[in-house]
Amino acid sequence: MDNEKLKSLIEGWEPTAEVTYEGIQHLTAVVAPEKLYALAEKLHGAKETQFDFLTCLSGVDYKEHMEVVYHLRCQENFSEMVLKAKIPSRTKPEVETVCTIWQAAEWHEREAYDLFGIVFLKHPDLRRILLDDDWVGYPLRKDYVDTVNIVSY
Amino acid sequence: MSEFTTDGSGLKTQDYFINMGPQHPSTHGVLRLVLELDGEIIKKVIPHIGYIHRSIEKMCEHDSYRQIVHLTDRMDYLSSHINNEGVCLLVENALGLEVSDRVKVIRTIFAELTRLASHQLWWGVMGMDMGALTSFLYAFRDREMINDIFEETCGARLTMNYSVPGGVMFDLHPNFVKDVKAFLKHFKTKLPEYDKLLSDNIIFRERTEGVGYLSKEDAINYAITGPMARASGVSNDIRKHKPYSAYDRVEFKEIVSDKGDTFARYHVRILEMWESMRIIDQLIDTIPEGEIQVKTKAVIKLPKGEYFQSVETARGELGIYCVSDGGKSPYRFKFRSPGFSNLMVLDHMSQGSKLGDLVAMMSTIDIVVPDIDR
Repeated sequence: MDNEKLKSLIEGWEPTAEVTYEGIQHLTAVVAPEKLYALAEKLHGAKETQFDFLTCLSGVDYKEHMEVVYHLRCQENFSEMVLKAKIPSRTKPEVETVCTIWQAAEWHEREAYDLFGIVFLKHPDLRRILLDDDWVGYPLRKDYVDTVNIVSY
Repeated sequence: MSEFTTDGSGLKTQDYFINMGPQHPSTHGVLRLVLELDGEIIKKVIPHIGYIHRSIEKMCEHDSYRQIVHLTDRMDYLSSHINNEGVCLLVENALGLEVSDRVKVIRTIFAELTRLASHQLWWGVMGMDMGALTSFLYAFRDREMINDIFEETCGARLTMNYSVPGGVMFDLHPNFVKDVKAFLKHFKTKLPEYDKLLSDNIIFRERTEGVGYLSKEDAINYAITGPMARASGVSNDIRKHKPYSAYDRVEFKEIVSDKGDTFARYHVRILEMWESMRIIDQLIDTIPEGEIQVKTKAVIKLPKGEYFQSVETARGELGIYCVSDGGKSPYRFKFRSPGFSNLMVLDHMSQGSKLGDLVAMMSTIDIVVPDIDR
């Protein structure tokens, strides 16, 4: 499916989504965290899109807000797109889990929780994955200060 | 721990937990698995990862793009060249740099030699996991030749750092073509021995066939990539679907099997070794002349924006997601490592199997722990 069609399809499902594709690698749809799950479910389940493969899930800290970035792929024809949840709150970043849609998200979400402190609501097993359970803070946040483990140069 | 139950015979039974790792020969590194068992039957596997987490992603935020290439060696050290290539491709595509044909071909040959070396090591270790030391010695004999070829050209045997943004670090050693051909001639007679030792071995077959089944739907749902997914019938080879370097000019078969069991995962890798040799065969005689490096600025700055690059490592898809704010270091650099997703499915895959089969299953995931922990 070409970008133009995909854009109108997404905007039909979720009118508040900001969809852009010109001059960037993948078509990108940005939505509010509370709208994300419904849109993700459509993109996965609908016959026209069938994004059944979650390539990558990453957290990004933009200082004023946070983002969860989902790289989606359709296994059938290898078309790709990017879905983003733009989370306005940095003190209490929350978005609903997508691991009921793509099982692969389970560990990726635990990683984003571990390193960014993003809470994935309804996640079956949300605990730290890479760091120790008693670790204080979220290392990949931009304002993270760790005088012991990070050498500044 | 669950309560005592009775299984009908009047005897009391109880599930129990045992710990496998963090120091265990078949976890291939520092990985801990907590196993919930009912007698010998696995009810649940809880992997605990992160023992060698070095926060490479945080380090990338302070490093220049040239330095990042060196860090990627330390993730999946058996696919080090392919990891390097991934970062270089990302930088080159973001800058719109076109590298010479010579570089493309050299990188492809190196990547396939890396894949061969990685699969050889996996094969040797797989045999050893299942109690056959011989295979390990056979594999290391053949792998040594590849490492020697690498050493001759770039000075390193494992963490090569051979690719740099814009090209490769040095030109090929004068003996390179001769040595690669000698290796191919040697290995084509030795790979059938691998089949004789393990593939056609009745004990090996009975321990692997029908064990650890993974369906196509699950492979997609869990985002499994690489030989593991292809053994479950998923066609997802990045070299085929999103060709990079010189993969669009060589003929090779994407090995896909629909069996989905441990033996299928084993056999896909054996057949992939033949295909890798086929790729090198097609390129080795016609390495084009040309520059080995495009001139780049001393400090590389990517235009503001977001980039994603996938490459097919020996274990599956390595995805690199980069957010650039226009500075000399990335704003965010994320590695989607193949081992991370592939290990996650172990719990699902092993439920209901015998404890002894778990080791065979883990071997065919082909985990490299630094790749998972990053």
